[in-house]
Amino acid sequence: MNFIHPQFSLALPEMILLGMISIILIADLFISDKGRVVTYLMTQATLVLAAIATAAVMGADVALSFNGHFIIDPLASLTKLFIYLVSMVAFAYSRSYLIERDMYRGEYFVLGLTAVLGMMVLASAHSLLTLYLGLELLSLSLYAMVGLRRDSSQAAEAAMKYFVLGAMASAMLLYGMSMIYGATGTLNLWEIRDAVAEGSGHSLVLIFGLVFLMVGVAFKLGAAPFHMWVPDVYHGAPTSVTLFLSSAPKLAAFVLMIRLLVDALPALASAWSDMLVIIAVLSIVLGNVIAIAQLNIKRMLAYSGISHIGFLLLGVLSATPEGYAAAFYYAIVYAIMSLGGFAMVLVMSRQGFEADELSDYAGLNERSPIIALMMLFIMFSMAGVPPLLGFWAKLAVIQAIVAVEYYQLAVLAVLFSVVGAFYYLRVIRIIYFDKPTERRELKPANDLKVIFIANAMLVLLLGLFPESLMNLCQSAFIY
Amino acid sequence: MIELSDYLTVAAILFSISMAGIFINRKNLIILLMCIELMLLAVNINFIAFSHFLGNADGQIFVFFILTVAAAEAAIGLALLVVLFRHRQTINVATLDELRG
Repeated sequence: MNFIHPQFSLALPEMILLGMISIILIADLFISDKGRVVTYLMTQATLVLAAIATAAVMGADVALSFNGHFIIDPLASLTKLFIYLVSMVAFAYSRSYLIERDMYRGEYFVLGLTAVLGMMVLASAHSLLTLYLGLELLSLSLYAMVGLRRDSSQAAEAAMKYFVLGAMASAMLLYGMSMIYGATGTLNLWEIRDAVAEGSGHSLVLIFGLVFLMVGVAFKLGAAPFHMWVPDVYHGAPTSVTLFLSSAPKLAAFVLMIRLLVDALPALASAWSDMLVIIAVLSIVLGNVIAIAQLNIKRMLAYSGISHIGFLLLGVLSATPEGYAAAFYYAIVYAIMSLGGFAMVLVMSRQGFEADELSDYAGLNERSPIIALMMLFIMFSMAGVPPLLGFWAKLAVIQAIVAVEYYQLAVLAVLFSVVGAFYYLRVIRIIYFDKPTERRELKPANDLKVIFIANAMLVLLLGLFPESLMNLCQSAFIY
Repeated sequence: MIELSDYLTVAAILFSISMAGIFINRKNLIILLMCIELMLLAVNINFIAFSHFLGNADGQIFVFFILTVAAAEAAIGLALLVVLFRHRQTINVATLDELRG
Protein backbone atom coordinates (compact mmCIF):
# COMPACT_ATOMS: atom_id res chain seq x y z
CA MET A 1 0.00 0.00 0.00
CA ASN A 2 1.44 3.36 -1.01
CA PHE A 3 1.04 6.41 1.16
CA ILE A 4 0.01 9.59 -0.66
CA HIS A 5 0.93 12.78 1.10
CA PRO A 6 -2.37 14.57 1.86
CA GLN A 7 -2.94 18.13 0.77
CA PHE A 8 -3.06 19.68 4.23
CA SER A 9 -3.81 23.19 2.98
CA LEU A 10 -7.39 22.20 2.09
CA ALA A 11 -8.10 21.55 5.77
CA LEU A 12 -6.65 24.91 6.84
CA PRO A 13 -9.92 26.23 8.36
CA GLU A 14 -10.30 23.08 10.48
CA MET A 15 -6.68 23.28 11.62
CA ILE A 16 -7.03 26.94 12.56
CA LEU A 17 -10.13 26.19 14.55
CA LEU A 18 -8.57 23.24 16.36
CA GLY A 19 -5.45 25.28 17.19
CA MET A 20 -7.51 28.18 18.48
CA ILE A 21 -9.72 25.87 20.58
CA SER A 22 -6.61 24.59 22.35
CA ILE A 23 -5.29 28.11 22.84
CA ILE A 24 -8.60 29.42 24.18
CA LEU A 25 -8.96 26.43 26.51
CA ILE A 26 -5.57 27.15 28.09
CA ALA A 27 -5.76 30.94 27.95
CA ASP A 28 -9.11 30.87 29.72
CA LEU A 29 -7.47 29.29 32.78
CA PHE A 30 -5.48 32.49 33.31
CA ILE A 31 -8.37 34.87 32.74
CA SER A 32 -10.33 36.16 35.73
CA ASP A 33 -14.11 36.40 35.66
CA LYS A 34 -13.87 40.12 34.96
CA GLY A 35 -11.71 39.61 31.89
CA ARG A 36 -13.93 36.90 30.41
CA VAL A 37 -14.68 39.21 27.51
CA VAL A 38 -11.24 38.25 26.17
CA THR A 39 -12.38 34.63 25.79
CA TYR A 40 -15.51 35.84 24.06
CA LEU A 41 -13.58 38.06 21.65
CA MET A 42 -11.07 35.30 20.92
CA THR A 43 -13.99 32.99 20.08
CA GLN A 44 -15.44 35.49 17.64
CA ALA A 45 -11.99 36.18 16.15
CA THR A 46 -11.49 32.44 15.64
CA LEU A 47 -14.65 32.23 13.61
CA VAL A 48 -13.61 35.24 11.51
CA LEU A 49 -10.19 33.67 10.88
CA ALA A 50 -11.79 30.38 9.91
CA ALA A 51 -14.11 32.23 7.53
CA ILE A 52 -11.14 33.95 5.86
CA ALA A 53 -9.33 30.61 5.53
CA THR A 54 -12.45 28.98 4.10
CA ALA A 55 -12.84 31.77 1.56
CA ALA A 56 -9.16 31.31 0.62
CA VAL A 57 -9.39 27.54 -0.03
CA MET A 58 -12.80 27.85 -1.62
CA GLY A 59 -12.85 27.35 -5.37
CA ALA A 60 -15.34 26.49 -8.02
CA ASP A 61 -13.62 23.13 -8.41
CA VAL A 62 -13.97 20.02 -6.34
CA ALA A 63 -10.82 18.96 -4.52
CA LEU A 64 -10.24 15.79 -2.54
CA SER A 65 -7.63 15.22 0.14
CA PHE A 66 -6.69 12.80 2.94
CA ASN A 67 -7.05 9.78 0.70
CA GLY A 68 -10.54 10.75 -0.42
CA HIS A 69 -11.87 11.22 3.12
CA PHE A 70 -12.08 14.99 2.84
CA ILE A 71 -13.69 17.12 0.14
CA ILE A 72 -13.80 20.82 -0.68
CA ASP A 73 -16.69 21.62 -2.99
CA PRO A 74 -19.02 24.61 -3.21
CA LEU A 75 -21.56 22.93 -0.94
CA ALA A 76 -18.94 22.33 1.78
CA SER A 77 -17.49 25.84 1.59
CA LEU A 78 -20.83 27.62 1.50
CA THR A 79 -22.20 25.57 4.37
CA LYS A 80 -19.11 26.33 6.44
CA LEU A 81 -19.41 30.06 5.77
CA PHE A 82 -23.04 30.07 6.86
CA ILE A 83 -22.19 27.98 9.92
CA TYR A 84 -19.59 30.57 11.00
CA LEU A 85 -22.04 33.39 10.46
CA VAL A 86 -24.86 31.71 12.37
CA SER A 87 -22.54 30.64 15.20
CA MET A 88 -21.09 34.13 15.55
CA VAL A 89 -24.57 35.59 15.85
CA ALA A 90 -25.53 32.85 18.31
CA PHE A 91 -22.50 33.58 20.53
CA ALA A 92 -23.17 37.31 20.35
CA TYR A 93 -26.79 36.75 21.39
CA SER A 94 -25.85 34.53 24.29
CA ARG A 95 -23.32 36.86 25.94
CA SER A 96 -25.64 38.92 28.12
CA TYR A 97 -27.84 35.89 28.88
CA LEU A 98 -24.78 34.01 30.10
CA ILE A 99 -23.55 36.91 32.25
CA GLU A 100 -26.92 37.22 33.98
CA ARG A 101 -27.02 33.51 34.78
CA ASP A 102 -23.47 33.01 35.95
CA MET A 103 -22.72 30.81 32.95
CA TYR A 104 -20.28 33.22 31.31
CA ARG A 105 -17.36 30.80 31.35
CA GLY A 106 -14.73 29.57 28.94
CA GLU A 107 -16.31 26.11 28.68
CA TYR A 108 -19.37 27.47 26.94
CA PHE A 109 -17.31 29.02 24.16
CA VAL A 110 -14.89 26.10 23.85
CA LEU A 111 -17.75 23.61 23.59
CA GLY A 112 -19.44 25.87 21.06
CA LEU A 113 -16.29 25.97 18.97
CA THR A 114 -15.80 22.19 19.09
CA ALA A 115 -19.39 21.87 17.91
CA VAL A 116 -18.52 24.21 15.03
CA LEU A 117 -15.45 22.08 14.28
CA GLY A 118 -17.66 19.00 14.19
CA MET A 119 -20.00 20.73 11.76
CA MET A 120 -17.05 21.71 9.55
CA VAL A 121 -15.76 18.13 9.43
CA LEU A 122 -19.29 17.01 8.62
CA ALA A 123 -19.60 19.57 5.84
CA SER A 124 -16.33 18.46 4.25
CA ALA A 125 -16.77 14.73 4.89
CA HIS A 126 -16.35 12.45 1.95
CA SER A 127 -16.38 9.03 3.55
CA LEU A 128 -18.61 7.27 6.04
CA LEU A 129 -15.80 7.54 8.60
CA THR A 130 -15.43 11.33 8.46
CA LEU A 131 -19.20 11.74 8.42
CA TYR A 132 -19.45 9.72 11.62
CA LEU A 133 -16.57 11.49 13.35
CA GLY A 134 -17.89 14.95 12.45
CA LEU A 135 -21.35 14.04 13.63
CA GLU A 136 -20.10 12.69 16.95
CA LEU A 137 -17.89 15.69 17.61
CA LEU A 138 -20.91 17.90 17.02
CA SER A 139 -23.31 15.80 19.10
CA LEU A 140 -20.99 15.24 22.07
CA SER A 141 -20.33 18.98 22.34
CA LEU A 142 -24.05 19.72 22.19
CA TYR A 143 -24.92 17.16 24.91
CA ALA A 144 -22.45 18.89 27.21
CA MET A 145 -23.73 22.35 26.28
CA VAL A 146 -27.33 21.41 27.06
CA GLY A 147 -26.27 20.13 30.47
CA LEU A 148 -23.95 23.06 31.16
CA ARG A 149 -26.30 24.72 33.60
CA ARG A 150 -25.68 22.39 36.48
CA ASP A 151 -28.01 24.12 38.96
CA SER A 152 -31.02 23.48 36.75
CA SER A 153 -32.82 20.20 37.17
CA GLN A 154 -34.64 20.76 33.87
CA ALA A 155 -31.41 21.23 31.95
CA ALA A 156 -30.00 18.01 33.41
CA GLU A 157 -33.10 16.11 32.36
CA ALA A 158 -33.03 17.64 28.88
CA ALA A 159 -29.36 16.75 28.48
CA MET A 160 -29.95 13.16 29.56
CA LYS A 161 -32.86 12.72 27.15
CA TYR A 162 -30.85 14.30 24.34
CA PHE A 163 -27.89 12.10 25.12
CA VAL A 164 -29.77 8.80 25.21
CA LEU A 165 -31.81 9.45 22.07
CA GLY A 166 -28.88 11.04 20.24
CA ALA A 167 -26.54 8.17 21.04
CA MET A 168 -29.18 5.71 19.91
CA ALA A 169 -29.59 7.63 16.64
CA SER A 170 -25.83 7.57 16.09
CA ALA A 171 -25.80 3.81 16.68
CA MET A 172 -28.63 3.34 14.15
CA LEU A 173 -26.74 5.45 11.64
CA LEU A 174 -23.61 3.37 12.24
CA TYR A 175 -25.53 0.14 11.79
CA GLY A 176 -26.74 1.45 8.45
CA MET A 177 -23.20 2.48 7.54
CA SER A 178 -21.90 -0.99 8.35
CA MET A 179 -24.50 -2.49 5.99
CA ILE A 180 -23.58 -0.07 3.20
CA TYR A 181 -19.92 -0.89 3.75
CA GLY A 182 -20.69 -4.60 3.65
CA ALA A 183 -22.66 -4.32 0.43
CA THR A 184 -20.13 -2.17 -1.44
CA GLY A 185 -16.79 -2.90 0.25
CA THR A 186 -15.75 0.73 0.57
CA LEU A 187 -16.22 3.75 2.84
CA ASN A 188 -15.61 6.42 0.20
CA LEU A 189 -18.85 8.09 -0.90
CA TRP A 190 -18.08 8.19 -4.62
CA GLU A 191 -16.81 4.61 -4.65
CA ILE A 192 -20.03 3.59 -2.94
CA ARG A 193 -21.96 5.47 -5.64
CA ASP A 194 -20.05 3.69 -8.41
CA ALA A 195 -20.36 0.27 -6.78
CA VAL A 196 -24.12 0.71 -6.38
CA ALA A 197 -24.48 1.96 -9.98
CA GLU A 198 -22.60 -1.06 -11.31
CA GLY A 199 -25.00 -3.25 -9.40
CA SER A 200 -22.20 -5.01 -7.57
CA GLY A 201 -23.83 -4.26 -4.21
CA HIS A 202 -26.47 -6.60 -2.82
CA SER A 203 -29.63 -4.60 -3.18
CA LEU A 204 -31.40 -6.10 -0.17
CA VAL A 205 -28.49 -5.30 2.14
CA LEU A 206 -28.31 -1.81 0.65
CA ILE A 207 -31.99 -1.09 1.28
CA PHE A 208 -31.68 -2.52 4.79
CA GLY A 209 -28.73 -0.20 5.41
CA LEU A 210 -30.57 2.75 3.86
CA VAL A 211 -33.48 2.35 6.29
CA PHE A 212 -31.14 2.59 9.27
CA LEU A 213 -29.31 5.57 7.75
CA MET A 214 -32.62 7.28 7.25
CA VAL A 215 -33.69 6.73 10.86
CA GLY A 216 -30.38 8.17 12.07
CA VAL A 217 -30.57 11.21 9.81
CA ALA A 218 -34.22 11.88 10.71
CA PHE A 219 -33.31 11.74 14.42
CA LYS A 220 -30.49 14.22 13.96
CA LEU A 221 -32.68 16.57 11.92
CA GLY A 222 -35.50 16.25 14.41
CA ALA A 223 -38.11 15.07 11.88
CA ALA A 224 -41.25 13.16 12.88
CA PRO A 225 -41.67 10.33 13.87
CA PHE A 226 -38.20 10.66 15.43
CA HIS A 227 -38.81 14.07 16.95
CA MET A 228 -39.54 13.14 20.60
CA TRP A 229 -36.35 14.75 21.87
CA VAL A 230 -36.81 18.10 20.13
CA PRO A 231 -39.45 19.81 22.35
CA ASP A 232 -37.98 18.51 25.61
CA VAL A 233 -34.43 19.51 24.77
CA TYR A 234 -35.39 22.93 23.42
CA HIS A 235 -37.51 23.54 26.49
CA GLY A 236 -35.06 22.31 29.11
CA ALA A 237 -31.82 23.70 27.71
CA PRO A 238 -30.71 27.24 28.61
CA THR A 239 -32.23 29.54 25.97
CA SER A 240 -28.87 30.58 24.54
CA VAL A 241 -27.99 26.91 23.97
CA THR A 242 -31.40 26.25 22.42
CA LEU A 243 -30.75 29.12 20.04
CA PHE A 244 -27.43 27.63 18.96
CA LEU A 245 -28.79 24.08 18.85
CA SER A 246 -31.69 24.97 16.61
CA SER A 247 -29.73 26.94 14.02
CA ALA A 248 -26.26 25.89 12.86
CA PRO A 249 -26.51 22.11 13.54
CA LYS A 250 -29.56 21.94 11.26
CA LEU A 251 -27.36 23.13 8.39
CA ALA A 252 -24.84 20.43 9.27
CA ALA A 253 -27.54 17.75 9.47
CA PHE A 254 -28.80 18.86 6.07
CA VAL A 255 -25.33 18.36 4.58
CA LEU A 256 -25.11 14.95 6.28
CA MET A 257 -28.30 13.97 4.50
CA ILE A 258 -27.13 15.31 1.13
CA ARG A 259 -23.79 13.50 1.42
CA LEU A 260 -25.36 10.18 2.34
CA LEU A 261 -28.34 10.21 0.01
CA VAL A 262 -27.29 12.30 -2.96
CA ASP A 263 -23.52 11.82 -3.12
CA ALA A 264 -23.37 8.17 -2.08
CA LEU A 265 -26.72 6.61 -2.94
CA PRO A 266 -28.25 8.46 -5.91
CA ALA A 267 -29.07 5.09 -7.49
CA LEU A 268 -31.50 4.39 -4.64
CA ALA A 269 -33.28 7.74 -5.11
CA SER A 270 -36.67 6.11 -5.71
CA ALA A 271 -36.37 4.23 -2.41
CA TRP A 272 -35.22 7.11 -0.21
CA SER A 273 -37.57 9.55 -1.89
CA ASP A 274 -40.54 7.41 -0.81
CA MET A 275 -39.25 7.22 2.75
CA LEU A 276 -38.76 10.98 2.83
CA VAL A 277 -42.35 11.54 1.67
CA ILE A 278 -43.61 9.77 4.80
CA ILE A 279 -41.19 11.59 7.11
CA ALA A 280 -41.92 14.98 5.54
CA VAL A 281 -45.73 14.59 5.70
CA LEU A 282 -45.63 13.41 9.31
CA SER A 283 -43.31 16.28 10.29
CA ILE A 284 -45.42 18.95 8.65
CA VAL A 285 -48.69 17.62 10.05
CA LEU A 286 -47.53 16.77 13.57
CA GLY A 287 -45.32 19.84 13.95
CA ASN A 288 -47.99 22.32 12.95
CA VAL A 289 -50.89 20.68 14.78
CA ILE A 290 -49.14 20.09 18.11
CA ALA A 291 -47.57 23.56 18.09
CA ILE A 292 -51.09 25.03 18.39
CA ALA A 293 -51.52 23.42 21.80
CA GLN A 294 -48.26 24.79 23.25
CA LEU A 295 -48.28 27.55 25.85
CA ASN A 296 -44.51 27.60 26.28
CA ILE A 297 -42.90 29.58 23.48
CA LYS A 298 -39.75 27.44 23.39
CA ARG A 299 -41.85 24.30 22.94
CA MET A 300 -43.96 26.08 20.34
CA LEU A 301 -40.86 27.04 18.39
CA ALA A 302 -39.59 23.46 18.74
CA TYR A 303 -42.72 22.06 17.10
CA SER A 304 -42.61 24.80 14.51
CA GLY A 305 -38.99 23.72 13.86
CA ILE A 306 -40.18 20.14 13.26
CA SER A 307 -42.63 21.38 10.65
CA HIS A 308 -39.92 23.52 9.02
CA ILE A 309 -37.72 20.43 8.77
CA GLY A 310 -40.64 18.72 7.05
CA PHE A 311 -40.73 21.51 4.47
CA LEU A 312 -36.97 21.23 4.01
CA LEU A 313 -37.33 17.51 3.30
CA LEU A 314 -39.85 18.29 0.54
CA GLY A 315 -36.99 19.84 -1.42
CA VAL A 316 -34.72 16.84 -0.91
CA LEU A 317 -37.33 14.24 -1.79
CA SER A 318 -37.86 15.78 -5.22
CA ALA A 319 -34.40 14.31 -6.03
CA THR A 320 -33.51 17.07 -8.50
CA PRO A 321 -30.65 19.59 -8.23
CA GLU A 322 -33.25 22.38 -8.07
CA GLY A 323 -34.89 20.59 -5.16
CA TYR A 324 -31.60 20.24 -3.27
CA ALA A 325 -30.86 23.92 -3.85
CA ALA A 326 -34.34 24.80 -2.54
CA ALA A 327 -33.77 22.62 0.52
CA PHE A 328 -30.37 24.22 1.13
CA TYR A 329 -32.02 27.61 0.85
CA TYR A 330 -34.66 26.49 3.32
CA ALA A 331 -32.01 25.27 5.76
CA ILE A 332 -30.23 28.64 5.70
CA VAL A 333 -33.48 30.58 5.97
CA TYR A 334 -34.63 28.39 8.84
CA ALA A 335 -31.33 28.95 10.65
CA ILE A 336 -31.74 32.73 10.33
CA MET A 337 -35.39 32.69 11.42
CA SER A 338 -34.72 30.33 14.27
CA LEU A 339 -31.98 32.63 15.57
CA GLY A 340 -34.54 35.42 15.55
CA GLY A 341 -37.27 33.29 17.12
CA PHE A 342 -35.24 32.21 20.15
CA ALA A 343 -33.64 35.65 20.38
CA MET A 344 -37.16 36.91 21.14
CA VAL A 345 -37.01 34.84 24.33
CA LEU A 346 -33.50 36.13 25.10
CA VAL A 347 -34.54 39.75 24.59
CA MET A 348 -37.49 39.36 26.95
CA SER A 349 -35.68 37.43 29.65
CA ARG A 350 -33.69 38.95 32.48
CA GLN A 351 -32.01 37.71 35.61
CA GLY A 352 -34.33 35.24 37.32
CA PHE A 353 -36.98 35.45 34.60
CA GLU A 354 -36.93 33.19 31.55
CA ALA A 355 -39.84 34.69 29.58
CA ASP A 356 -40.70 31.37 28.02
CA GLU A 357 -44.48 31.45 28.53
CA LEU A 358 -46.63 32.95 25.79
CA SER A 359 -48.46 35.10 28.37
CA ASP A 360 -45.17 36.85 29.21
CA TYR A 361 -45.43 38.59 25.84
CA ALA A 362 -48.81 40.19 26.50
CA GLY A 363 -48.95 43.84 25.46
CA LEU A 364 -45.30 43.97 24.52
CA ASN A 365 -46.10 46.65 21.97
CA GLU A 366 -46.81 49.14 24.76
CA ARG A 367 -43.53 48.34 26.47
CA SER A 368 -41.25 48.47 23.44
CA PRO A 369 -42.82 49.14 20.02
CA ILE A 370 -39.59 48.59 18.08
CA ILE A 371 -38.93 45.13 19.52
CA ALA A 372 -42.59 44.22 19.05
CA LEU A 373 -42.31 45.19 15.37
CA MET A 374 -39.17 43.07 14.90
CA MET A 375 -40.94 40.09 16.50
CA LEU A 376 -43.80 40.69 14.08
CA PHE A 377 -41.37 40.37 11.14
CA ILE A 378 -39.91 37.13 12.45
CA MET A 379 -43.27 35.55 13.19
CA PHE A 380 -44.69 36.57 9.78
CA SER A 381 -41.56 35.19 8.13
CA MET A 382 -41.94 31.83 9.92
CA ALA A 383 -45.60 31.74 8.89
CA GLY A 384 -44.53 32.32 5.28
CA VAL A 385 -46.15 35.70 4.64
CA PRO A 386 -44.77 37.50 1.57
CA PRO A 387 -42.52 39.42 1.07
CA LEU A 388 -40.55 38.09 4.08
CA LEU A 389 -37.80 35.54 3.77
CA GLY A 390 -39.78 32.52 4.96
CA PHE A 391 -42.23 32.89 2.09
CA TRP A 392 -39.54 32.49 -0.58
CA ALA A 393 -38.15 29.41 1.12
CA LYS A 394 -41.58 27.76 1.21
CA LEU A 395 -42.22 28.82 -2.38
CA ALA A 396 -38.91 27.32 -3.54
CA VAL A 397 -39.53 23.88 -2.02
CA ILE A 398 -43.14 23.78 -3.22
CA GLN A 399 -41.99 24.69 -6.74
CA ALA A 400 -39.47 21.86 -6.53
CA ILE A 401 -42.10 19.25 -5.71
CA VAL A 402 -44.58 20.60 -8.24
CA ALA A 403 -41.84 20.25 -10.88
CA VAL A 404 -41.71 16.50 -10.21
CA GLU A 405 -45.52 16.31 -10.12
CA TYR A 406 -46.14 15.60 -6.43
CA TYR A 407 -49.30 17.70 -6.56
CA GLN A 408 -51.07 16.20 -3.52
CA LEU A 409 -47.98 16.81 -1.44
CA ALA A 410 -47.83 20.43 -2.55
CA VAL A 411 -51.50 20.97 -1.64
CA LEU A 412 -50.94 19.38 1.76
CA ALA A 413 -47.89 21.56 2.41
CA VAL A 414 -49.82 24.73 1.57
CA LEU A 415 -52.81 23.69 3.72
CA PHE A 416 -50.66 22.99 6.73
CA SER A 417 -48.70 26.19 6.38
CA VAL A 418 -52.09 27.89 6.77
CA VAL A 419 -52.66 25.85 9.94
CA GLY A 420 -49.18 26.92 11.04
CA ALA A 421 -50.00 30.57 10.44
CA PHE A 422 -52.58 30.29 13.23
CA TYR A 423 -50.09 29.91 16.07
CA TYR A 424 -47.61 32.43 14.70
CA LEU A 425 -50.40 34.99 14.38
CA ARG A 426 -51.51 34.15 17.91
CA VAL A 427 -48.12 35.33 19.19
CA ILE A 428 -48.60 38.58 17.27
CA ARG A 429 -52.10 38.98 18.70
CA ILE A 430 -50.73 38.51 22.21
CA ILE A 431 -47.99 41.07 21.59
CA TYR A 432 -50.26 43.71 20.09
CA PHE A 433 -53.75 43.25 21.51
CA ASP A 434 -53.52 41.65 24.94
CA LYS A 435 -53.34 43.75 28.08
CA PRO A 436 -49.80 43.81 29.47
CA THR A 437 -49.40 42.06 32.82
CA GLU A 438 -46.43 44.23 33.74
CA ARG A 439 -45.67 47.82 32.82
CA ARG A 440 -41.98 48.01 33.39
CA GLU A 441 -40.05 49.15 30.36
CA LEU A 442 -38.16 46.46 28.47
CA LYS A 443 -34.41 47.05 28.65
CA PRO A 444 -32.36 44.35 26.93
CA ALA A 445 -28.57 44.72 26.75
CA ASN A 446 -27.54 47.03 23.94
CA ASP A 447 -25.60 44.46 21.88
CA LEU A 448 -28.50 42.03 22.18
CA LYS A 449 -30.98 44.64 21.00
CA VAL A 450 -28.85 45.77 18.05
CA ILE A 451 -28.23 42.23 16.81
CA PHE A 452 -31.88 41.32 17.25
CA ILE A 453 -32.96 44.30 15.14
CA ALA A 454 -30.30 43.48 12.52
CA ASN A 455 -31.48 39.86 12.48
CA ALA A 456 -35.10 40.83 11.93
CA MET A 457 -34.19 43.43 9.30
CA LEU A 458 -32.16 40.74 7.50
CA VAL A 459 -35.31 38.62 7.35
CA LEU A 460 -37.09 41.56 5.75
CA LEU A 461 -34.28 42.66 3.38
CA LEU A 462 -33.38 39.18 2.15
CA GLY A 463 -37.10 38.71 1.61
CA LEU A 464 -37.29 41.82 -0.56
CA PHE A 465 -34.26 40.71 -2.58
CA PRO A 466 -34.42 36.90 -2.55
CA GLU A 467 -32.44 36.21 -5.75
CA SER A 468 -28.90 36.66 -4.43
CA LEU A 469 -29.17 34.05 -1.68
CA MET A 470 -31.08 31.68 -3.98
CA ASN A 471 -28.41 31.95 -6.69
CA LEU A 472 -25.75 31.21 -4.10
CA CYS A 473 -27.60 28.06 -3.05
CA GLN A 474 -28.04 26.94 -6.64
CA SER A 475 -24.31 27.37 -7.28
CA ALA A 476 -23.69 24.64 -4.68
CA PHE A 477 -25.59 22.06 -6.72
CA ILE A 478 -24.30 22.55 -10.23
CA TYR A 479 -22.51 19.39 -11.21
CA MET B 1 -16.59 -22.91 9.14
CA ILE B 2 -18.39 -19.89 10.50
CA GLU B 3 -20.10 -17.99 7.69
CA LEU B 4 -20.52 -14.23 7.29
CA SER B 5 -24.25 -14.59 7.86
CA ASP B 6 -23.60 -16.14 11.30
CA TYR B 7 -21.66 -13.08 12.41
CA LEU B 8 -24.32 -10.78 11.02
CA THR B 9 -27.03 -12.72 12.85
CA VAL B 10 -25.19 -12.43 16.17
CA ALA B 11 -24.72 -8.70 15.60
CA ALA B 12 -28.39 -8.26 14.67
CA ILE B 13 -29.46 -10.15 17.82
CA LEU B 14 -27.21 -8.03 20.03
CA PHE B 15 -28.49 -4.86 18.36
CA SER B 16 -32.11 -5.94 18.90
CA ILE B 17 -31.45 -6.83 22.55
CA SER B 18 -29.95 -3.42 23.21
CA MET B 19 -32.78 -1.68 21.36
CA ALA B 20 -35.35 -3.61 23.39
CA GLY B 21 -33.39 -2.74 26.51
CA ILE B 22 -33.68 0.96 25.80
CA PHE B 23 -37.43 0.83 25.28
CA ILE B 24 -38.43 -1.73 27.90
CA ASN B 25 -36.14 -0.59 30.70
CA ARG B 26 -38.05 1.80 33.00
CA LYS B 27 -35.93 1.53 36.11
CA ASN B 28 -32.29 2.36 35.73
CA LEU B 29 -30.43 4.91 33.63
CA ILE B 30 -27.15 3.00 33.91
CA ILE B 31 -28.75 0.07 32.11
CA LEU B 32 -29.70 2.53 29.36
CA LEU B 33 -26.06 3.55 29.01
CA MET B 34 -25.06 -0.10 28.88
CA CYS B 35 -27.59 -0.71 26.11
CA ILE B 36 -26.12 2.15 24.07
CA GLU B 37 -22.67 0.65 24.52
CA LEU B 38 -23.96 -2.75 23.43
CA MET B 39 -25.47 -1.22 20.29
CA LEU B 40 -22.09 0.17 19.27
CA LEU B 41 -20.42 -3.18 19.94
CA ALA B 42 -22.97 -4.93 17.75
CA VAL B 43 -22.06 -2.54 14.96
CA ASN B 44 -18.39 -3.31 15.55
CA ILE B 45 -19.01 -7.03 15.02
CA ASN B 46 -20.72 -6.15 11.74
CA PHE B 47 -17.80 -4.05 10.57
CA ILE B 48 -15.16 -6.62 11.51
CA ALA B 49 -17.08 -9.49 9.91
CA PHE B 50 -17.53 -7.57 6.66
CA SER B 51 -13.94 -6.42 6.76
CA HIS B 52 -12.67 -9.98 7.16
CA PHE B 53 -14.85 -11.51 4.47
CA LEU B 54 -14.25 -8.66 1.99
CA GLY B 55 -10.49 -8.76 2.62
CA ASN B 56 -10.53 -4.99 3.14
CA ALA B 57 -9.04 -3.30 6.22
CA ASP B 58 -11.22 -0.15 6.16
CA GLY B 59 -13.87 -1.70 8.39
CA GLN B 60 -11.37 -2.61 11.10
CA ILE B 61 -9.99 0.91 11.14
CA PHE B 62 -13.53 2.23 11.47
CA VAL B 63 -13.93 0.01 14.55
CA PHE B 64 -10.98 1.67 16.27
CA PHE B 65 -12.65 5.04 15.80
CA ILE B 66 -15.98 3.73 17.05
CA LEU B 67 -14.34 2.35 20.20
CA THR B 68 -12.68 5.71 20.87
CA VAL B 69 -15.87 7.67 20.33
CA ALA B 70 -17.81 5.20 22.49
CA ALA B 71 -15.39 5.88 25.35
CA ALA B 72 -15.91 9.65 25.01
CA GLU B 73 -19.65 9.10 24.81
CA ALA B 74 -19.67 6.99 27.97
CA ALA B 75 -17.72 9.72 29.78
CA ILE B 76 -20.27 12.37 28.86
CA GLY B 77 -23.18 10.06 29.62
CA LEU B 78 -21.90 9.26 33.10
CA ALA B 79 -21.15 12.94 33.78
CA LEU B 80 -24.73 13.84 32.88
CA LEU B 81 -25.92 10.97 35.07
CA VAL B 82 -24.03 12.40 38.05
CA VAL B 83 -25.53 15.85 37.48
CA LEU B 84 -28.98 14.34 37.26
CA PHE B 85 -28.47 12.24 40.40
CA ARG B 86 -27.44 15.33 42.39
CA HIS B 87 -30.77 16.95 41.54
CA ARG B 88 -33.11 14.01 41.91
CA GLN B 89 -31.32 11.59 44.27
CA THR B 90 -32.47 8.82 41.94
CA ILE B 91 -31.58 7.46 38.52
CA ASN B 92 -34.98 5.98 37.82
CA VAL B 93 -35.98 6.53 34.19
CA ALA B 94 -39.62 7.05 35.16
CA THR B 95 -38.72 10.21 37.10
CA LEU B 96 -37.56 11.97 33.93
CA ASP B 97 -40.91 13.67 33.52
CA GLU B 98 -40.42 17.32 34.43
CA LEU B 99 -40.43 18.34 30.78
CA ARG B 100 -43.69 17.58 29.06
CA GLY B 101 -46.53 19.31 27.30
